[in-house]
Amino acid sequence: MSHLFYISASYIVAGIVTLCLIAWVWLDGRARQRELAELEASGIRRRSARPAAPTETGGPA
Amino acid sequence: MSDSLAITKLSDLANPTRFLALAARLLPWMAAITAILFAIGLYLSFSGEGDYQQGMTVRIMYIHVPAAWLSMMCYTVMALSAIGTLVWRHPLADVSHKAAAPLGAAFTLIALATGSLWGKPMWGTWWVWDARLTSVFVLFLMYLGLIALNRAMDDPSRAARVSAVLILVGFVNIPIIKFSVDWWNTLHQPASVVRLDGPTIDQSFLWPLLIMAIAFTMLFFTLHVAAMRNEIWRRRVTAQRRMAARMAGQTNAKEA
Repeated sequence: MSHLFYISASYIVAGIVTLCLIAWVWLDGRARQRELAELEASGIRRRSARPAAPTETGGPA
Repeated sequence: MSDSLAITKLSDLANPTRFLALAARLLPWMAAITAILFAIGLYLSFSGEGDYQQGMTVRIMYIHVPAAWLSMMCYTVMALSAIGTLVWRHPLADVSHKAAAPLGAAFTLIALATGSLWGKPMWGTWWVWDARLTSVFVLFLMYLGLIALNRAMDDPSRAARVSAVLILVGFVNIPIIKFSVDWWNTLHQPASVVRLDGPTIDQSFLWPLLIMAIAFTMLFFTLHVAAMRNEIWRRRVTAQRRMAARMAGQTNAKEA
């Protein structure tokens, strides 16, 4: 096999692994964002993200 | 600045919400810089001439060496995060080492595969069980083990503490990898860039190599920040689902 085979195989392997890694991180982020949006749409929010309960004077707690 | 003020500032930085805001601002810039560095690095890698002994196979060096450096740097980042988990219970430390493990495994896989593809035409063999190759293979297995451990345990904080201990124990392998070529008689060549007496490779190979190394490092940090952000979101989803289940349980109890 020529040197070209080893060089191109190295770059192809590195490219495929790198692209898979980027795609995995990106798709994982999109899936988590979608899950958070669905939970928020169904009224489930983090305690710190909920609107503050009104005080007796009507202002935020 | 008083000590208490410094600790407060550090605690602010450790806040996951602040981290998410910072990540949203930084990630597009980090991704753009990574892409530009890769474009320059790849152009220089393919426009240079071949080595007088290795010919054009020297081009494999521009991906093999940065990936090998990254495999060790990623583990070092994980070890520092593990200290953060065990000593300071830093809120982002366990997120950091959990997010870094798959990245480290990928870079180690690239280093092993490209090393093998470089070894065949230069050494006449795909693989030898010498100290450098074996210790890097052990590093790859350690990454896989840590990924499996994190996935096997339901409680993320318990998984983080167990992982942190294993990461710190496994860190002994990093100096073994680095100095294996000096301590033992190996087929793998000794260090030619990071040396006390300076690099021994020609400038025409050194510049593309350094730019590719910076590009790979930027890629790692970009993906690490993005993976940490994903992990924080994953934990929020889990927490909110638990909260929803609790609320549903309370409603059912009231109705019953």
